[in-house]
Amino acid sequence: MNVAEINIKSIREKFPILHQKVNGKPLVYFDNAATTQKPQSVIDALNKYYTTDNANIHRAAHTLAARSTEMFEDTRKTIQAFINAKEAEECIFTKGVTESINIVAQTWGRKFLQAGDEVIITSMEHHSNIVPWQMICEEKGAILKVIPINDAGELLMDEYEKLLSPKTKMVACVWVSNALGTINPVKEIIEKAHSVGAKVLLDGAQACSHLDVDVQTLDCDFLAISSHKLYGPTGVGVLYGKRELLEAMPPYQSGGEMIKEVSFERTTYNEIPYKFEAGTPNIGDVIAFKHALDFINDLGKENIRNHENELLHYLINSLLALNETDVMSSGVETHNYASPQQPIKLIGTAKEKVSVQSFIIEGMHHFDVGMMLDARGIAVRTGHHCTQPLMNRLGLDGTVRASFSVYNTKEEIDVFIEAVRKLVKK
Amino acid sequence: MAKKITDIQNSIIENFELFEDDMESILFYLMDLGKKLPAMPEEHKTEEFIVKGCQSKVWLYSSFVDGKVFFEADSNTEITKGLVSLLVEIWSGQTPEDILNSELFFIEKIGMSRMVGSQRSNGFTSMIKQIKMYALAYKTKL
Ligand SMILES: Cc1ncc(COP(=O)(O)O)c(C=O)c1O
Repeated sequence: MNVAEINIKSIREKFPILHQKVNGKPLVYFDNAATTQKPQSVIDALNKYYTTDNANIHRAAHTLAARSTEMFEDTRKTIQAFINAKEAEECIFTKGVTESINIVAQTWGRKFLQAGDEVIITSMEHHSNIVPWQMICEEKGAILKVIPINDAGELLMDEYEKLLSPKTKMVACVWVSNALGTINPVKEIIEKAHSVGAKVLLDGAQACSHLDVDVQTLDCDFLAISSHKLYGPTGVGVLYGKRELLEAMPPYQSGGEMIKEVSFERTTYNEIPYKFEAGTPNIGDVIAFKHALDFINDLGKENIRNHENELLHYLINSLLALNETDVMSSGVETHNYASPQQPIKLIGTAKEKVSVQSFIIEGMHHFDVGMMLDARGIAVRTGHHCTQPLMNRLGLDGTVRASFSVYNTKEEIDVFIEAVRKLVKK
Repeated sequence: MAKKITDIQNSIIENFELFEDDMESILFYLMDLGKKLPAMPEEHKTEEFIVKGCQSKVWLYSSFVDGKVFFEADSNTEITKGLVSLLVEIWSGQTPEDILNSELFFIEKIGMSRMVGSQRSNGFTSMIKQIKMYALAYKTKL
């Protein structure tokens, strides 16, 4: 399929949730970085699983169990292909990125970190890639170091190199910033980390829906993924890890499924991935997740990205135009809430970005902006986006963030811009 | 004798009915109401009198004069400030007893019920609780 062939209208038809009114206005959903909507195929798969296939997996001889086990493992093969992992066993099902990161911090970290070791993160991490490392560093007497950024929201790679040393054991880094949209140069980050013998964990929460993912080419050691940011259900995620690392790590939780043999004297652990999948997993959602991946594969990442990039540039230009045009003379009713010069300030202006744009309206609190947009049926995210240290670095207490998925349109951006224009006075 | 809490709420609801559920107009009106709230003296806008919410913050100061509770308030967000000004209108100058016995029915009627309940995101909810706590404290003093 080439670019010209993606037909947004037909894509939108696959998402029933989009066709509703909010506060009397057609819904404009621009909060995709928080979670994407789900296509009908995913909703149907979930419904079908509970209607015809529900059974606990891996443990029974009966037909339903065989069927659900097969479908569950089918998703594992699909995600393996999606990220180009060498083996399906390197893909562990989790609850999401947060749990994936916690598994690595709590098992790899507990076994391999020692007092005086260093873990490097970046200034733009989501709290879920900060706190787990803080906790294990505190427990082990290891030290957490932070790569600084410039005002555009790009990592200072020179500073990163200065932080690297033989003491560095882990570089845990967000691939794409949820607050700013910045795409970090992860290939280079990984190469440099490996050159001092450190492992790399990538937080792929935002990257995987927009960018091509090839864990073998990247050579990352761990990658954390959330299904719900990939058009799939909530409550499902993946931890990719290289086999030798996963095998060397102790189990995370214990109970059923993760064992090989249990006696009261001693338990031996199951092989990967089951060693890390204690208890009955979220079978139905895992099975439905496959249909989300199929949806993305059918459209093609490149097509999705091209469309989203077009939206991003259209949004940026339209927002900046609000700083230039005389809003008063355009005849639109305005309200005196913003300061006169350059009312719109873009936050996050990195050269390499995905379709996420944060901004503030001078003189207006982001919470008010979010409420006013919601009154017009527009869903955006406001606040600190779970990146308080980043907000502190930028001297902000929050932003308004618009983030796009493949089903968004320029017409929706026009509606959004009109709503923002009303809040801005030249 | 202060106007009855129920009457004040009813007249607020009447004012909002003019907007016929147009949320955008309601919010603009709330912001304008917030602007009319008497400025809170800076010496009362301190850490001690902050009612914390995640996105919007509220300052609330109370005093007790001749058996009645008086409130001063402010917020860092304009919509919340508008709502806060309504609470001040309703509750400032009432007796602790009347404050404690009152039900806030206007919030739902003006379409703002989602502003209460999510304590984490909104100082407004915490403010309602705080006002009742002040009223209780003054009542026990009586
Ligand atoms: C960059 C980033 N990391 C981690 C997370 C946490 O993901 P989840 O809540 O799915 O575990 C998010 C979600 O907002 C995110 O955007």
